[in-house]
Amino acid sequence: MFSNRHAKIMLLVVFAILGFMIATQIKTTERQKTINVQRAEELTERLRVVEQQRDDLAKEMERLQASAGSDKALETELERLKEFAGEVPLQGKGIQLILDDSKVTAQVGENPNLYIIHDDDLLRVINELRAAGAEAISINGERLVSTSEIRCAGPTLSVNNNRSAPPYVILAIGNPSNLASALKLRGGVLDTFKFWGIQADLTMPEVVKVPAFKGRRTFEYAEAAEEHDAAKDGDK
Amino acid sequence: MLFALAGLAIGFLAGWYFPLYLPLEYARLLSVSVMAAFDTVFGGIRSSMEGRYDHTVFITGFFTNAVLAAFMCYSGNLLGIDLYLVAILIFGVRMFNNLAAIRHLFLKK
Repeated sequence: MFSNRHAKIMLLVVFAILGFMIATQIKTTERQKTINVQRAEELTERLRVVEQQRDDLAKEMERLQASAGSDKALETELERLKEFAGEVPLQGKGIQLILDDSKVTAQVGENPNLYIIHDDDLLRVINELRAAGAEAISINGERLVSTSEIRCAGPTLSVNNNRSAPPYVILAIGNPSNLASALKLRGGVLDTFKFWGIQADLTMPEVVKVPAFKGRRTFEYAEAAEEHDAAKDGDK
Repeated sequence: MLFALAGLAIGFLAGWYFPLYLPLEYARLLSVSVMAAFDTVFGGIRSSMEGRYDHTVFITGFFTNAVLAAFMCYSGNLLGIDLYLVAILIFGVRMFNNLAAIRHLFLKK
């Protein structure tokens, strides 16, 4: 098959080169596969580490925010918001309006409903007071908050889901003369009450104490929207 | 034949334990070269069976084919043409031709 020894050695060398190439090729291909797997594993590991870091940082942020809660500014802000929300009792100058049903008895054929206080009467009073700049209002010890309702419940009125019967004591903190004059406007609320004989006793005590909202409020459906600032502005 | 197998074994072991790894683009060149080398080997086996084996032709064919295939693949990379596919196809076809011829010669004996 081969003429001389020289040729045989050359053949050996040639096939050695071929073998070398094949081995290198196989190794390279193998490593390419394992590198891909290794890379994926490495990335998974790094992802895990980064997620861990993220969680740690979130906890850190929470902790810092909590410790910043002792900050003066944050505390006053919290206090202010609580006052707005009706979570704390407030006091200050204001008015006190005591309403009671009419002593006038309805004539035959007249609607007796006209002589008793209804929810819309109270709503009108509250509306006037708010328009006149009342800062805190309560009806029979029920602080009016953003979720408060005023509605008829049979012969009584329901405020904050608590029923109360006449007389109704309405307390409002604000500029006393403004509040009083808003109610006493000609053709205003008190004029109408007077017409129907509903007893209204308006006084301006030095200190009006409006109690805190006693109920509990939780949001079942509402949650903070993305635009936090907008939500806050809406609160005011 | 014995020398060829011995050389193959030696080369394979050397390559296996030699710490040489190629990056992906050069691995492709090497794969084409391996195909060319295989083609030459089968061509050599065939020609030796046909009784017209030429030592010089085999040795030169082995190297020039391998180098040319690698070069073709490389220039294809530069031009953005997958020329290595062409090389692999041609060498594959020739390999099968050679193998078929070897089989025929083997059966004729």
